[in-house]
Amino acid sequence: MDVRGAATWEALASRDASSRDAAMASLHQEVMRRVESVGPMPETPSGPSATSAPGVADDLSDILARVLMLSKRCPYDDVREKCVWLLRSIQDIGVRIPRPLGNGPSKFIPEKEILKVSKVDARTIFEEAFSLGRLDNISLVMGFHPQYLESFLRTQHYLLQMDGPLSLHYRHYIGIMAAARHQCSYLVNLHVNDFLQVGGDPKWLNGLEGAPQKLRSLGELNKILAHRPWLLTKAHMESLLKAEEHSWSLAELIHAVVLLTHYHSMASFTFGCGISPDIHAEGGHTFRPPSLSSYCVCDIANGNGAVDELLADQQVLEVSGEVEVLMERMKQLQECRDEEEASQEEMATRFEREKSESMLVTTAEYEECVPSRDVSRHFEDPSYGYQDFSRRGEHVPTFRVQDYSWEDHGFSLVNRLYPDVGQLLDEKFQIAYNLTYNTMATHQGVDTSMLRRAIWNYIHCMFGIRYDDYDYGEINELLDRNFKVYIKTMVCSPEKITKRMYESFWRQFQHSEKVHVNLLLMEARMQAELLYALRAITRYMT
Amino acid sequence: MEKMTCVSPLSGKTMFCHLDAPANAISVCRDATQVVVAGRNIFKIYAMEETGFVERLNLRVGRKPSLNFSCADVMWHQSDENLLATAATNGAVVTWNLSRPCRNKQELLFTEHKRTVNKVCFHPSEAHMLLSGSQDGFMKCFDLRKKESVSTFSGQSESVRDVQFSMKDYFTFAASFENGNVQLWDIRRPDRYERMFTAHTGPVFCCDWHPDDRGWLATGGRDKMVKVWDMTTNRAKEIHCVQTIASVARVKWRPERRWHLATCSMMVDHNIYVWDVRRPFIPFATFEEHKDVATGVAWRHPHDPYVLLSGSKDSTLYQHMFRDASRPVDRANPEGLCFGLFGDLAFAAKESLMAGDAGRKPYPGGDRRYPIFFFKKPDVTEQFAQVSSALSVFEFEANGGDEGRGRMDWFVETARRYLLTGKPFAELCDHNAKVAKELNRPQVSTTWTMLRIMYSDPGNPATPANHNISKLGNIPLMISLKEMSSALNERNKENRVDNLHNLETNLNIDENEETEGSEGQAEYLFGDAELDDDDLYSMEHDNQTEEPEYILPQEAFPLRHEIVDHPSAPEPPAEKPESPQVSGGETEGSCLTPMESFSLISVSQLLFQPRLPPGFFSPVVRAALTHYAELGDVQMAVSALIVLGERIRKEVDELTQEHWYMSYIELLQRFELWNVSNEVIKLSTCSAITCLNQASTTLHINCSNCKRPMNNKGWICDRCHQCASVCAVCHHVVKGLFVWCQGCSHGGHLEHMREWLKHSNHCPAGCGHLCEYT
Repeated sequence: MDVRGAATWEALASRDASSRDAAMASLHQEVMRRVESVGPMPETPSGPSATSAPGVADDLSDILARVLMLSKRCPYDDVREKCVWLLRSIQDIGVRIPRPLGNGPSKFIPEKEILKVSKVDARTIFEEAFSLGRLDNISLVMGFHPQYLESFLRTQHYLLQMDGPLSLHYRHYIGIMAAARHQCSYLVNLHVNDFLQVGGDPKWLNGLEGAPQKLRSLGELNKILAHRPWLLTKAHMESLLKAEEHSWSLAELIHAVVLLTHYHSMASFTFGCGISPDIHAEGGHTFRPPSLSSYCVCDIANGNGAVDELLADQQVLEVSGEVEVLMERMKQLQECRDEEEASQEEMATRFEREKSESMLVTTAEYEECVPSRDVSRHFEDPSYGYQDFSRRGEHVPTFRVQDYSWEDHGFSLVNRLYPDVGQLLDEKFQIAYNLTYNTMATHQGVDTSMLRRAIWNYIHCMFGIRYDDYDYGEINELLDRNFKVYIKTMVCSPEKITKRMYESFWRQFQHSEKVHVNLLLMEARMQAELLYALRAITRYMT
Repeated sequence: MEKMTCVSPLSGKTMFCHLDAPANAISVCRDATQVVVAGRNIFKIYAMEETGFVERLNLRVGRKPSLNFSCADVMWHQSDENLLATAATNGAVVTWNLSRPCRNKQELLFTEHKRTVNKVCFHPSEAHMLLSGSQDGFMKCFDLRKKESVSTFSGQSESVRDVQFSMKDYFTFAASFENGNVQLWDIRRPDRYERMFTAHTGPVFCCDWHPDDRGWLATGGRDKMVKVWDMTTNRAKEIHCVQTIASVARVKWRPERRWHLATCSMMVDHNIYVWDVRRPFIPFATFEEHKDVATGVAWRHPHDPYVLLSGSKDSTLYQHMFRDASRPVDRANPEGLCFGLFGDLAFAAKESLMAGDAGRKPYPGGDRRYPIFFFKKPDVTEQFAQVSSALSVFEFEANGGDEGRGRMDWFVETARRYLLTGKPFAELCDHNAKVAKELNRPQVSTTWTMLRIMYSDPGNPATPANHNISKLGNIPLMISLKEMSSALNERNKENRVDNLHNLETNLNIDENEETEGSEGQAEYLFGDAELDDDDLYSMEHDNQTEEPEYILPQEAFPLRHEIVDHPSAPEPPAEKPESPQVSGGETEGSCLTPMESFSLISVSQLLFQPRLPPGFFSPVVRAALTHYAELGDVQMAVSALIVLGERIRKEVDELTQEHWYMSYIELLQRFELWNVSNEVIKLSTCSAITCLNQASTTLHINCSNCKRPMNNKGWICDRCHQCASVCAVCHHVVKGLFVWCQGCSHGGHLEHMREWLKHSNHCPAGCGHLCEYT
């Protein structure tokens, strides 16, 4: 089935309507054949495994899960309709069919809002992504910003599939390592599948100790990069690059670093937007019939109940002035900037203050959160987490962007050792940084560059990266406390993001704008990590 | 001023001093005695003396120096030796007056830029004019007598990386941008730029006007290129391009040397290069002293080309003397050798080396390939050590020199000239060997010869012996030429050897029969056809043992020559289902009689056949063919496969064969060798290939009455309901093969026409035309 199945799924994603038709027909046959061989499912909830041929039944439920996924996510109407029809027809025979768990691609954003976008703006990109084999929930959520999504997918495809120094299963394994660092089970599951598909050794998945020495030595870098990148020194690079049996080449290391940072920031995004598991993946669907209790749980957890909405409305009323206040402040800053010139000392202290204040923004609401064993086996030293930059005593010099910037230095280094990736990343950063629709909530024609710059620089500030030419006082003016908490949590310990945090900042803003913020955070974080890693490599090279 | 005249080239030595911190930029004082070094944590002035650098002044004062001291760029005023300007990373533009009595020399502070200022530049002749370019995308022009900028220029694009006043045009300055653009501005018109063009992909980090040539601008970018633009024309024209190995951070024209410029890189590469823009592939000189990237370069004196100063991230300041520079040219390997895409070979060497075989004789070793020489003319203004080199390009001598050169000549030639059929096996091999040899492919040639030897009669020189046989066997054969022809045809079907050849034979025989042509020719031809099998293992042997297999493909097969010969055949499904069933029986019937005469010949051959078992060489040949195919020479594999035919066919599995055929056919079609490709398709034995000829051929028929196209059926017109094609002999509708005279356009059933024309020369329709059936 596997071989046939793969071809069928692929054909379903083709742009050619007739081949989709054919694939759909063969899928239909396949399902029916299996349904017959399994026989009607017993009514007991013990599930398909109780039947005579458990293997076939498992197969069947796998296929059904995918059919379910197609019926919801496929960008082609014909396939969606036929999948729905197929499911319904076998349900009539008496086969239990799966049903999606949760509400859409994101736990935070109502499904209908996301799907609305996917039908218009991002459609061609989705089709392209789909034909490349996958349209995951992350892409669906990013579909709010098609321009960025395109660049993102191109970069990710290049990093994972195209020519590069690392072999395919290494790439996925590094992705797993990086995502596991943040206990992002969504990304881990995604790449465990991919890893196995490209022929990776399942033993590696038992934990880092099962992986080759070469990957194990990357664990340290992964750890530091994820939580305290400012501690990276050229010694770390040296230990990876020094010539011995399990050493890395420079090109491989660059590739690995790019992958690590990419997946660290992806983990941030995944949590930040509350991405739920893909429908066909484990945990994305259930065969259980909807019961009353599960309804309740679902609605409460996702805040889609009527009561909740009512509450939210009230909240919106209360804070309706928020956007206007923010805009007013931006305007003020723009105007009074020339008049009141802060002294140099003042500027320096403002940076320090912002830095230290970011420490006070606590994220410890859910301290008891313990990584599940399942995911934590992919990394070592689970206790190692984000620690505030420049903590008591240990003084780490501030990273000055003017001395090592992505545009001037990082780009050249990456592009030299891993051609084309520098270009791709550069485009991605620029699109993320410059993306704007000149809107804020309901207001049109607003220059948001100041706000975007404040967010970007605030993240870099948390990583101890300083822009000489930025007045960090602006951050205080523009970013309120709830927002800071969200940013800090998302960037430093994304696994602790809750729906409440997501909702409590910028209440009047639209979901697409919150996703936009998430993209900004994600890219800023990635660049910050990259800058530290690349600087260390540069220092090693000179 | 006094130094202007005494530019003594030896006024110093290569020397350096340690700085306390990495430098970002350096600038030299007008009289070339002092240099200022600026960086994030350094701002000092050094005096350059004979023996070394001496620190003169530390401008970075104060207990806790502000960010205004953190310099991205510095420039010394071109005439006032007390005046300096710096660009600060926090967006400030600062001027410093060294004549101020107190320790803090800061004079003016402009904080108009919102982002880091990347560059400051004094006007070359206007004493009070200062220009700055910043990350915020603005350029500002300051009058040092005022407290604020006099004009602001908005690039309308991204960050400004460099600004430079033109040396010659009083009002013009150039600005380079992070998005790859370069803009030209008139200082009097702040509203919009005069001209903009895209110079690089990615940021343009630097630009520099040529000190002497009006309108020459050098730019360097992250894309690792230095480009020289001629700005005097309407559109900026790129006149030179130097490719470096790392992104270019600074570029500076060398004084007094029109073509030279110095560059240093932003990342990775620590050397400073001086290039001659006309020789963009190798640096003219290299300074390798720095251990980290050089961030600032400056020529010490605007008229002394021999002394270069540089500051670096490794916290050193160097004075480089040109005589100490390393010259990569000296170390470069003066010989170069490179294969072209199509097998050409280029070889470059010093002229002295090439002088030996002057006179453009073939270079030894490259026989039959004639080198073409290119000599680089020594340019007197160039200073490179060896400027004269010779480049020879060896090319395949294309058949007599009149064919197109290079490329896949051999392939085309070979395809054209190879004989795949139509001659006895040995001759085919010999011919092809000859062709290969003439085309300079000795290995292929030898392979052909070996094939001939392997499969030919080992004891006998093939041709003469066979000639005899054919003569021997001739007499009985001559009796029934006609029958023989169908016999041949039949054998052909079964044997699948050299179809085309047989076809021709058949044609010829028919012709002979009707026109009473020369016996001799027919005889000879026949002899050849005979020979074909002579060289092989015994004919009947094959026939008998493997009969069933031969018969199998009959359906696909006859079609091709049926058109000439037999009335009809099973037609491809594309044609009408109503096609008449004339075929089959007749052919099969006719094959029985000739069989006897055939065996006769074969018996006569059997008299001398002390040969190896037929399949003896097969594995070797198979391996050879596979080898060729894998080398990419699928032509050889297919040609040999066809020529060997039955001898090897069974040894190579169908799929591989098909694959070879397909590849070869595609190649042939790429080269528009339609005829050859058709021949190959025809001669192939794979059903998948032979059916290629039957695909996508469409005949459009018009009704003979109403002249409208007939869509539905081939013989009845939808419009006038008349039968279109009536046989002129039997007056019935022809539902199948319709043969007609191209002279009078009358025709009918194939066999009817043939019968008729056997007896009469006139058209059966009675039009009086003298038709001919061939």
